[in-house]
Amino acid sequence: MGKVVAITGNEAVANALRQINPDVCAAYPITPQTDMMQRFSSFVNDGKVKTEIILVESEHSAMSCCIGAAAAGGRVVTATSGPGLALMWEMLFVASGMRLPIFMPVVNRALSAPLNIHGDHSDAMGARDSGWIQLWTENAQEAYDNAVMALLIAEHSDVRLPIMVCMDGFIISHSIERVELLDDADVKKFVGDYKSLNPLLDINHPKSIGPLILPDYYMEFKRSQHEAMSKVKDVVLNVSDDFAKLSGRKYGLFETYRLEDAEVGLVVLNSAAGTSKDVVDSFRDKGIKAGLLKPRLFRPFPYEEVGEALKHLKAVAVLDRADSFGAFGPLYTEIASSIYPYKEKPILINKIYGLGGRDYMPSHGELVLNELAEIAKTGKVKTFKEYIGVRE
Amino acid sequence: MKLKGWKEVTPGAVITEAGSALKFKTGSWRAFKPVWIEENCIQCLFCWLYCPDMAVKVKDGKRAEFDYDYCKGCGICALECPGKKGNKAIIMEEEGR
Repeated sequence: MGKVVAITGNEAVANALRQINPDVCAAYPITPQTDMMQRFSSFVNDGKVKTEIILVESEHSAMSCCIGAAAAGGRVVTATSGPGLALMWEMLFVASGMRLPIFMPVVNRALSAPLNIHGDHSDAMGARDSGWIQLWTENAQEAYDNAVMALLIAEHSDVRLPIMVCMDGFIISHSIERVELLDDADVKKFVGDYKSLNPLLDINHPKSIGPLILPDYYMEFKRSQHEAMSKVKDVVLNVSDDFAKLSGRKYGLFETYRLEDAEVGLVVLNSAAGTSKDVVDSFRDKGIKAGLLKPRLFRPFPYEEVGEALKHLKAVAVLDRADSFGAFGPLYTEIASSIYPYKEKPILINKIYGLGGRDYMPSHGELVLNELAEIAKTGKVKTFKEYIGVRE
Repeated sequence: MKLKGWKEVTPGAVITEAGSALKFKTGSWRAFKPVWIEENCIQCLFCWLYCPDMAVKVKDGKRAEFDYDYCKGCGICALECPGKKGNKAIIMEEEGR
């Protein structure tokens, strides 16, 4: 079953898209995503997939085109990075508000200025309130697996919402890793056929889409959108269970690493979690009870489950690869909300790291865990928000 | 009419009923109202042609009254109206006067 290959994150996701065989893909090139769509276009050109590729003049148009194709009743994908996602911003809300289950891999990249093409979560964090489901992934294997699962989650009749799968630009998109690809036939069967709820191409049932909704009804539509989001958690778990049966790889709402009996812990998204797990091991070897939590489902955010997983720790550092200038990082505020309801809760600090592709080194993780061990001992915090790996 | 609650609205605000825009009386948006002065009308039907809301009615090939349920008062008809001997057949009057 399946095969083991050495490929990049972009190549892995391009293969997932080939196996999914969507009806339409409208995309615009942007580093570091370009290579993914280039590979997918080659599959289309070589007749390996029947998708209709639509070339557009911008990301705003790419998303607009996807919205039209999805409203027509198609299974639709696109992909983008950093400023491309920023240019799509207006249309992201249209896709989710119209409840169109579009799938978009996001290869995380920094936003300008200064101009930078490297791995950074500012792009997807900027879109966190757009009504899209967000899954975050640590490596090429996770990016591939989540890409295979994405449309099943998005298209579920309780959900019908667009979905992003985020992976770190260059660090994952361009690094060659060992990846286990599923058989084409298995993915085809797993993903199944898509039946859209109110397709425009069903000409026997004429309809209007995207109407003007004034103050007398707007809030009702937004409230129902929240309800759909509240169903996502269960759907993610069910789809992940089915995927585990197919692949043997298990996914939850988040991953915990040596967290159960931990006293100090790191919370970190994507590729830096891999490095951090090594650091956790080295601290365990030294007799320090360290652990880690890596969120997978960031929107909707599983507050109760994350709170339960972290409440027993003495001190936790949330590592953000995106900044909110003059405020805490976006992941920190979610973790703070998760532990807020508990009377006994860990002291929580925030570290901003890795902006614009700055390397996250084991020494950075060590620095943070040492500080946490000190905080756990003394209960004293010097600074709640600090930057790591930055020159004075 | 009882307004629907959030559990009853169609996902994504799709309207599955054809021609339902008729129920939306956009004439309530009007700030200026076009008034037809029949004696200055040369029956050119420019107003009917230009009206973006189909709010100029034509009966038996002749200019009829405005449909104020849908006229938003844009004033295009008044602008385009050639009138007769320099006298407009459509003038705009402020609503509520």
